[in-house]
Amino acid sequence: MLVKHGIAVSPGVAIGQSMVLGAESFRIPQRFVSVSAVDAEINRFRICLQAVCTEIEENERVARERLGNQYAAIFTAHLMMVQDHRIVDEIELLVRQKCFSPEFAVSRVFRQYAKKFQNLGVPYLAERATDIFDLEKRVLRQLLGERREELRNIQAPVLILAHNLTPSETASLDKAYVLGFATEVGGTTSHTAILAGALELPAVVGVGNFLSDVAGADTVIIDGSHGAVIIDPDAETLARYRAVEQEHRNFSNRLEAIRTLPSVTLDGVAISLYGNIEFPHEAASARQRGGEGIGLYRTEFLYLDASAEPTEEDHYRSYCEVLKAFPDRPVVIRTLDLGADKLPIGFRMEYPEGVNPALSLRSIRLSLQHLDLFRTQLRAIARAACHGDLRIMFPLISTLLELRQAKMILGDVLEDLEEQGITYRREIPVGMMMEVPSAAIMAEQFAREVDFFSIGTNDLIQYTLASDRGDPRIANLYRAGDPAIIRLIQIVVKAGQSRGIPVSVCGQMSSDPLFVPLLVGLGLRQLSVTPHLIPEIKELIRKLTISKAENLANRVLRMETANDVESFLRGEHRKLSPESPA
Amino acid sequence: MSQMIHRRNVIVRTEHGLHLSPCSRVAQAALKFRSQIWLTKGSVRADAKSVLDLMTLAAGPGAELTLEVTGDDAPEAVEAILHLFEYDLVSASS
Repeated sequence: MLVKHGIAVSPGVAIGQSMVLGAESFRIPQRFVSVSAVDAEINRFRICLQAVCTEIEENERVARERLGNQYAAIFTAHLMMVQDHRIVDEIELLVRQKCFSPEFAVSRVFRQYAKKFQNLGVPYLAERATDIFDLEKRVLRQLLGERREELRNIQAPVLILAHNLTPSETASLDKAYVLGFATEVGGTTSHTAILAGALELPAVVGVGNFLSDVAGADTVIIDGSHGAVIIDPDAETLARYRAVEQEHRNFSNRLEAIRTLPSVTLDGVAISLYGNIEFPHEAASARQRGGEGIGLYRTEFLYLDASAEPTEEDHYRSYCEVLKAFPDRPVVIRTLDLGADKLPIGFRMEYPEGVNPALSLRSIRLSLQHLDLFRTQLRAIARAACHGDLRIMFPLISTLLELRQAKMILGDVLEDLEEQGITYRREIPVGMMMEVPSAAIMAEQFAREVDFFSIGTNDLIQYTLASDRGDPRIANLYRAGDPAIIRLIQIVVKAGQSRGIPVSVCGQMSSDPLFVPLLVGLGLRQLSVTPHLIPEIKELIRKLTISKAENLANRVLRMETANDVESFLRGEHRKLSPESPA
Repeated sequence: MSQMIHRRNVIVRTEHGLHLSPCSRVAQAALKFRSQIWLTKGSVRADAKSVLDLMTLAAGPGAELTLEVTGDDAPEAVEAILHLFEYDLVSASS
């Protein structure tokens, strides 16, 4: 049994067989062979090598036909490399003299060359190490008889273990077959983690290197509530987790009963619960769980999934689909919140060397420089707004000037629609994300120019504490409980109250039961959370009184460290929900 | 006779030096001969029949290499490699 710890990003327990994906290196099942097997092993290696050559020749042919000689030359060179007699001789020598398994010998020899290239101090040659790794993989795949397992081909329920899952890979996971997942990299608010929440799969990220310790089809437990991955558990651990799994199911059933009850505190104050969604179809799930609207519709997936720029109609259709679930409730659409590297092909650009993308051209800044992209989205929102209570929210606003610019462009777009005689809604509420410290500090001024605020805690934490949310090494800095964050939230809430505009929280912090009493105590009356957590948060709210929450918030506001805040809140949470498995 | 070393100097005239594809062309040419063919740059010596070895020369444009050939078809091999460096590689890269 082996227990690994990572960051808990999506609660629940999953027990099942592992499927290891996209490991950088193949698992070498055995390193040595017996002396008597040497000839047969060398023969096997030669046959595999021949198969690899055939494979590359096929690539070469296709490349020549479709792309021309220049591209085919890459494969010609690969063919020369994989047949390079120095490599082949060296591998055969290791098998013959040291009884290395061909897999082990291949990996060793190829990697030695790759290393040599990396150490030559010539960037071009260092890059060729990638070609060598590619060839190593090809040969190993032949030797091990492994076809690259594709996510789409999963046939039986498994737990996915991977170095990393891209958002689109995560999105394509079939819930019928995937019970949970764990990745070596990633942080709390990576898109993968957010998607895990959306898919309601127990997940742990940022585990660090562990794939080499697990084989496909090992029994694995993923504890998404505590951030543990247990490989090959002993009988006692397995029994304990089966019990936890059952408890979770009971807990979920009980929450189901609370779905239709109003979200009000014991003393009768309504706390509106909205859903955060990534995909239009999640709107229905948010409604089904008792959500009162959509507090954050992230529109990025329109861009990520498509190989081309989404058209105005693509936007329009998605927005209308969300409105179908909530025809008479608020639906807040956040405009494009992407970095320059994640745009559709044709718009994509690279950041200059030395530029930190998180502090560079992303989100609203990008929209303001790519007005064509921005206008397309705004037109679609204005048109879809005819079918419901659609609202616009600008992300990552840092200065008043930026906000005014964005509003001006919206004004232009509406004017165009008017002139073109296209049906649209004139009065669309416009709000902004409060996620840059400069904006939070200036919240009083901003409150005069927008209809609502929504606090995006993920970026607010990243920018306030200067810590990358994706880096597990500094996860101890990236904390929602940091007193600086709580003070900024307080500033924004007060600014909203003084100007009479609603304020909500839509970052991960509002989805964490630990922080809900604090947020209510700070004066928040709207929370936008991951849809599947709506019942749990509602149950919590129904146990609170405003005076108790305010007392709690006042105590927290006197604390000096994130540790103090979080351990205090944990204690309070236990008192409120002793039966919660989280 | 077969142990006699044929030694010549060659200059890399390709625009980007001995990159992957010129290396693979040199190796392809060398493999046609029975002789042992070596290219040396400074203290680094590479088997001309090995594309990987050739790349470790990290020979940029204008680099001077020493060609050494031993074997029964050495004169033909020298001729072929020299021709490659002087003409074929240059015209392919321009």
